Amino acid sequence: MSIDSVTPLNAGGWEAVIGLETHVELSTASKMFCGCRADIPEEPNTACCPVCLALPGALPVPNEQAIEGIVRIGTALGCEINETSLFYRKNYFYPDLPKNYQISQYTFPVAEHGALEIDVEGEPFTVGITRVHMEEDTGKSTHVGDGGGRIHDASHTLLDFNRAGVPLVEIVTEPDIRTPEQARAYGAELQRVVLALGVSDAKLEAGSMRFDANVSVRRPGEEFGTRTETKNVNSLRSLQRAVAFEIERQIAVLESGGTIVQETRHWNEDTGKTSSMRTKEESEDYRYFQDPDLLPLSVDETWRLRAVEALPELPGAARTRFRDAGVDPVNAETLLDNPALAALFTDAVAAGAPGRLVANWLTGEVIAQLRRDEVDVSDTSLSSSHLVELASMVDGGDLSSSAAKDVLTRAMAGEGTPRAIAEANDLLQVSDTGAIEEVVEQVLVDNPDALEKVRSGDMKPLGFLTGQVMRQMGGKADPKVVQQVLRAKTQGE
Amino acid sequence: MADLADLTIAEAGRGLRAGDFTAVDLLDAVTKRATMTEAQLHAYLTLDSGGARAAAEKADADLASGDDHGPLHGIPVALKDNMVTKGVETTASSQILAGWKPPYDGTAVARLKAAGAVITGKTNLDEFAMGSSTENSAFGPSRNPWDHTRVPGGSSGGSAATVSVGSAFGSFGSDTGGSIRQPAALCGVVGMKPTYGMVSRYGLIAFASSLDQIGPFSRTVEDSALLLDAVAGWDRMDSTSIDGDVPAFSGSLSKGVEGLRIGLVTELMGEGIDPQVKAAVTAMADKLAGAGAEVIEVGLPASEYALSAYYLIAPAEASANLARFDGVRYGHRTEHLEGTTEDMMAMSRAEGFGPEVIRRILLGTYALSAGYYDAFYGQAQRVRTLMRNDFASAYEQVDVLISPTSPTTAFPVGERAADPIAMYYSDVCTIPSNLAGDPAISVPVGLDDQRLPIGFQIMAPALGEEVMYQVAAEVERLAGFTDRAPLATSEVVHP
Repeated sequence: MSIDSVTPLNAGGWEAVIGLETHVELSTASKMFCGCRADIPEEPNTACCPVCLALPGALPVPNEQAIEGIVRIGTALGCEINETSLFYRKNYFYPDLPKNYQISQYTFPVAEHGALEIDVEGEPFTVGITRVHMEEDTGKSTHVGDGGGRIHDASHTLLDFNRAGVPLVEIVTEPDIRTPEQARAYGAELQRVVLALGVSDAKLEAGSMRFDANVSVRRPGEEFGTRTETKNVNSLRSLQRAVAFEIERQIAVLESGGTIVQETRHWNEDTGKTSSMRTKEESEDYRYFQDPDLLPLSVDETWRLRAVEALPELPGAARTRFRDAGVDPVNAETLLDNPALAALFTDAVAAGAPGRLVANWLTGEVIAQLRRDEVDVSDTSLSSSHLVELASMVDGGDLSSSAAKDVLTRAMAGEGTPRAIAEANDLLQVSDTGAIEEVVEQVLVDNPDALEKVRSGDMKPLGFLTGQVMRQMGGKADPKVVQQVLRAKTQGE
Repeated sequence: MADLADLTIAEAGRGLRAGDFTAVDLLDAVTKRATMTEAQLHAYLTLDSGGARAAAEKADADLASGDDHGPLHGIPVALKDNMVTKGVETTASSQILAGWKPPYDGTAVARLKAAGAVITGKTNLDEFAMGSSTENSAFGPSRNPWDHTRVPGGSSGGSAATVSVGSAFGSFGSDTGGSIRQPAALCGVVGMKPTYGMVSRYGLIAFASSLDQIGPFSRTVEDSALLLDAVAGWDRMDSTSIDGDVPAFSGSLSKGVEGLRIGLVTELMGEGIDPQVKAAVTAMADKLAGAGAEVIEVGLPASEYALSAYYLIAPAEASANLARFDGVRYGHRTEHLEGTTEDMMAMSRAEGFGPEVIRRILLGTYALSAGYYDAFYGQAQRVRTLMRNDFASAYEQVDVLISPTSPTTAFPVGERAADPIAMYYSDVCTIPSNLAGDPAISVPVGLDDQRLPIGFQIMAPALGEEVMYQVAAEVERLAGFTDRAPLATSEVVHP
């Protein structure tokens, strides 16, 4: 598939049009409309009360911490925050939806008209944000019986309402996305934004962040084609794969003369395919109407300004900062996804260490070591001052770059400061020209043939001579200095 | 001494504190009265004898030790069965909730208990408060204490009847379109709907959330204020409850009406109002003028559309509010379990809901449907705005508005059961206040030629309870209505 930032086309000249709906569970202390804990305990139905079980007579009361969370998300996505927003009832019957309506938003969501700048393999791309609205999560159904977890073949259904009423933010994009890679990059960037704000743990595999992908294809310039909505996408890789599959499927259908059915489709991770979910013959009519149990939500100017002021550095700004510090694009993305490493990077660079080198270490040896040991960087002894010292040692020629990597892993293991480690392990290299000159002179005396060749213009023996010097010095000479001295001695005399 | 069951709450409170009798005596008196009347009236669905006795004994012990919880201390009070009571069956008169014992008390219930009230039991209503006669109860209709062939009104017919015959000193109901005031009028007692948000709806089984309001039934205006005082005020469990100080309404009852401006609502004195009702209202208006008020005629033009708007808004909200009754977590579940979970839910609902409830759910679902929303629900909301504007203009001219409470006195059982529109018309005078969210009260002012009570309605602007009670107390004084429903002669012993 070719990536063209203007109109990326698929085989046969088809353009894909993709919009994403993302649900993010906020990690508030309590649920959206009651005081039950929102961290979804494992033991079923242990975090429930009259409100989230929809007992007769129970009423919802909005959770201010959740509103704070969605205002932060809306602000981070550059949205307008509505001074007054409204809660609606979205009516549909489902066993794990206790009220048989979901409290959601319709007209006047908390936030709308924003944008998220993303980076697709080094290219900037802007995805419009249509709206960011507040709603509540459903409970969880487990279908038991012969049907392999499918509702229609189940003998019975187990219901767990611990998740029912957990605050959920839905973020809806404009149909701006054109490729599976962009979809994935958007998902990754949105996840980073949410994590940077600290409003959700945004775990895709655990379902605290989930994507629905709306996909259609068309000839460029034509009206939008019929779209499908793919659900059950629970990793960034799946998002990219599911969108790619759906684009290819739709193109194949259209090119064989078929038509696309507007439907909800299910992504199957194992088969790598989407399949039609059983849908009702009639289209869903949610009969939205304003929830009379809830007053209009008011977010005043003071609150809006406070949200702007409280914004942390967002991934877009961090990316720019990393790149400006000389970090190459791939490593910059790695740092963005590793906040603890990014913090070490930031501190080290602030203390004068060269960004590119530090980023190489962090995204190279450090990550590799962390993976090997299956630990977080905070579990190691590595500090930003170690990185600063190490960089200055390399820069000053006291340490070879290969020795530096060794010192780095030892520093992580708590063996001491880089200089102490280098000294203790005899890793410091000699860049004292005088000492090197002595050895060079001796080597030249010992290898007259080589010297003769070099003097007559054949530079090949230089490498051999360097190797001899290094060997005699136990590998601790700075090879750059050795070469300089060799050149001087062979050419100059 | 007169039968204790005939005392007012204020009188009973004085007697309790004077040591003339105990809370247990009061409970015994109303229990005896219930025993005498229940076979004819069927006002109660559940008599919580055990819970009530324990509460009465505790009230006596508390009072003996100097722990006085206030005016309702030791007073037997009945609750409409759509008010959620911990451990006591709460059904909203629906088969779909038969046997349901809630794990919690609603806020009003909890406040009544904290105020020392003795909860006698749960009273009959039209299923989910949908009706004006208490005939739509899944557990059989209630009857009017004044004439057992007639309805007590509804939907809070049971609560009205208990207070009327003395099987409770006071009671609570809910008023969505007149469900407190209309049965109060038909049973000859005082019934009051507070300002929307004055009393928490937490624990009131919702019918139409933007209209529902809990309020008291009593024999006197003073008792009404005492009952309201105990439950009024902000509640963090109800987002729509009004956050602010609530005055003691029982404090402003003897100010008279001198200098007040009172508006008789033209549109509620027209066609369809029984001539005897109209005459009683006009006579009372004249008396109020005689007592020093300035009485003028005031128009509420939008009230012509209020009934139609109400019968779109209320069913629309109800269609969502009643969606939770699905047989999944509580209540009736069908025994026909073939098919999917959705089939189970649909069948449970079809079996559990009565015909009027199903009619309103269908009506409301239709009114909210794509393509119809604007013509029905949207239009009804616009009428609601017009109604509010009308009231606002009226209250620029007058302090309170007056009208009949019900177009007619109590009608015979079965008369309107087959004609929903005729039944809906019972609420024509009461619905405007619900649409506006304003307080209103019905005070009995006399009997018609069949010895059936006539109710007189006083409406006030939002949070205008004080002036409303002020006028109501004067109406009560001017009417001098002291008649009581005749008691059945034969005592019926319940098993």
